[in-house]
Amino acid sequence: MAETVLETSSLTMRFGGVTACDNVDFKLQARELRCLIGPNGAGKSTFFKCVTGLLSPTEGNVYMRGDEVTGWQPHQIASLGVGIKTQTPNVMDSLTVSENIWLAARRFHSVIDSNAKVAEVIDRLALGSIAKTDLGQLAHGERQRVELGLVTVGDPWLVLLDEPAAGMSAKDVERMTVIIEELLTRSAVIIVEHDMQFIRSIARDVTVFHQGAVLMEDHVDAVMSDQTVRNVYLGKKA
Amino acid sequence: MDLSFVILVEMLYAVATLVLISAGLAVVFGMMKVINLAHGEFMMMGGYATITAVNFGVNIFVAMLIIAPIAVGLIGLLVERLVIRHLYGRLIDTMLATWGLSLLFVGLATMIFGNTTTGISTPIPGFTVGNYQVNGYNFFIIVISIMLIAGMLAVLKGTRAGLIARGTMQRSDMASALGYSPDRIYMATFFCGSALSGLAGAVLAPLVGLVPTSGVAYIAKAFITVVAGGPALIAGLISSAASFGIINQVFAFAVSPVIGDVALFVTAIVLLRLMPQGITSRFFKGKL
Amino acid sequence: MQGSAGKDYLTIIVFGAALIWLLPMVENTYTLTILIIYGMLGLSLGLIWGFGGILCFGQGAFFGLGAYTYAIAAINFGESTVPMLLAVIIPAIFAAILGAMMFYGRLTEVYLGVITLVVTLILFKFINSTAGPQYVIGDARLGGYNGIPGFQTLNVPGDPGAYLWGDSYYYVCAVALLLVYLLVTWLLRSSFGRIALGIRENETRISLMGYDVAARKTVLFAIGAAIAGLAGALFASWGEIVTPTLFSMAQSAEIIIWCIVGGLGTRFGPILGAAGLAYMKFLLGQQSLVDNTLITGLILVLFVLFLPKGIVPALARFYRAVLGNGSPGKRKNTHRIRRATNG
Repeated sequence: MAETVLETSSLTMRFGGVTACDNVDFKLQARELRCLIGPNGAGKSTFFKCVTGLLSPTEGNVYMRGDEVTGWQPHQIASLGVGIKTQTPNVMDSLTVSENIWLAARRFHSVIDSNAKVAEVIDRLALGSIAKTDLGQLAHGERQRVELGLVTVGDPWLVLLDEPAAGMSAKDVERMTVIIEELLTRSAVIIVEHDMQFIRSIARDVTVFHQGAVLMEDHVDAVMSDQTVRNVYLGKKA
Repeated sequence: MDLSFVILVEMLYAVATLVLISAGLAVVFGMMKVINLAHGEFMMMGGYATITAVNFGVNIFVAMLIIAPIAVGLIGLLVERLVIRHLYGRLIDTMLATWGLSLLFVGLATMIFGNTTTGISTPIPGFTVGNYQVNGYNFFIIVISIMLIAGMLAVLKGTRAGLIARGTMQRSDMASALGYSPDRIYMATFFCGSALSGLAGAVLAPLVGLVPTSGVAYIAKAFITVVAGGPALIAGLISSAASFGIINQVFAFAVSPVIGDVALFVTAIVLLRLMPQGITSRFFKGKL
Repeated sequence: MQGSAGKDYLTIIVFGAALIWLLPMVENTYTLTILIIYGMLGLSLGLIWGFGGILCFGQGAFFGLGAYTYAIAAINFGESTVPMLLAVIIPAIFAAILGAMMFYGRLTEVYLGVITLVVTLILFKFINSTAGPQYVIGDARLGGYNGIPGFQTLNVPGDPGAYLWGDSYYYVCAVALLLVYLLVTWLLRSSFGRIALGIRENETRISLMGYDVAARKTVLFAIGAAIAGLAGALFASWGEIVTPTLFSMAQSAEIIIWCIVGGLGTRFGPILGAAGLAYMKFLLGQQSLVDNTLITGLILVLFVLFLPKGIVPALARFYRAVLGNGSPGKRKNTHRIRRATNG
């Protein structure tokens, strides 16, 4: 039995009268890959934010490796060894690629080790040719890739990615898939995603969100062929 | 009994003053998300405009209520066209530039009027309540503030321009998408805001000795009143002016005027720490 | 990396020593001393604003606090060493408390501006109202708007009779500025400084990396206040009187102007801006045709409109443009030049 790295129990988030996240019970094992899907406003991004500390849930609890982390600040969550990538690219635009990655590495390593780590990540993500370029001058796909570098340089045991494939070219998505596969040898990964193509290419288990709650949780093929899920996506009454 | 009446008037007067000195800044901030740090100097210029006009033999009420607002409004228009217009969307840069403007106006006023105190006497006599002397002019200020609020409400609720203004406050991008030129809206807003500042400075001029650096005394109070008020223009103005004015007066009576000011500022800090988006972000949501 | 750092420090020391030696040939040391003190004050804001993205509207408060701490302590102790230390420590502690309150409250830039401005005003009002004899700290009367005169000025440590004044005071201040400059350089090269730069660029990302942004900003804010406090103490000892105008809005505004004119995101810019503008003010003070405040204001407006990055970065850009694109080592500095407040 693998270790449970992330667990939420009856996680609820309300904004005024709107319940964006409704009683979500969720479990993730070590080195598991899980995709969170659902139509717009299904609550998957709210769930993501509650887990990463960007929001503090109204009710319910979040546990990481057995410790309660409900209501922690994002920096405290990240310090546990959790890599987080937000929906919009969150990078330091006027610093270079290697400087960006160095800052992420420095949190978990000494100066000397950080320098080595940066070289390693730049190598692994094939960023060598742009290592000295300011982030602000890069294309969207490259920025996404750099951010993935930031997220993984600290050797996280849990990686949370919010729409990593958004706005990327087919070639970039392919490269992203390889990177994620490789990540899975060391960490558990949660991906919040719209792009069904991308999910099909990497996913095993999928959690479907609908109206703030978990609609179903199964292997990707089962989910895709499920009539309720299809209805939800096509906007019919479930 | 007499004392409580006097205290009540003093409280109302303190609140009214805060409303008066903050209105111009609130309009500009609410509509344009621009903080005009030269607001205090606009008031100072309103004061000088009044005194100059009175010295030329104009009736004091005409000078205060008509000449000063128009004169300062025109100066504001000039400032908007020459400086502010180029800095929209850059909040901090606008603050810095208007801070520069405030110094510039202080310098100009010093060169024109000299670094001496000028003043005019209040046009309304005082009267006594029991053993206490009450300044009749304080009532005038209270009335002016109430009329100001009523006027702002009427314009915002009752006119087409007010409708556009309310739309712009909530979604400036939508207003322009609907075909209203934001450029002209901002120009008009800044004129109105400056005119209100001029009016405030003019009305308060008989109460204070006017020096070129008078504006500094106002800007801080106006600034915190507006920021603490939050997104709703009128509800924010009234609620924060009321809380600050009352606290100011309570401490001023109980201890000393200086402690009253200190208490006001401390309250502002605590308030902003508790409600970083201002009072009306928590209460009176979605009101004007 | 290590070698280039050593070379950098050496360059600063050689360049600084040369300036310290040469400047007295063009201007008297009494004037130079105040320019140096203002330079240090400019650097204090330049550090937290240009490299940490913290715009403090009340840097003058820490300057004044340092000056008053020095004056009060000097009267009580009758010598200058402990007062000097206190003048650095007390503003730093004050800033740490204030900063913790603001940064842990996650206040945005505008509210930061409001609070720092308001705190400065409170101090100004309070100190101004302490003219009465009941306001005493130890043997020192606060004196209200009259200020505090007649305290012990800087002496050789351990020998209260040996005053440092005139030319020697100039050298003390100049060396102090050089040391602060080296300290700031070292700080910016350290991990702490690089992370601070990251915070300026993208606070959310840095916190998602696991850094405690609020704590780091608080520390940086306190360091800036400590430098401003030191400048205040040196100012008190130079002027031999402290008055509430140190806490005035005009004083704080001026510090901001120095940084903008000199250039944010550089170490030398704020010093140059401070010394240059203060010197200009000094020269303008000798004529009465145009008001001084008017010119200061005009300069600020014009810089915000036309040269928002300041003189030093503009010169650096010009220099690079003339010399071609330069080596990669040179372009590394470009990001330090960008404005913290853009966007």
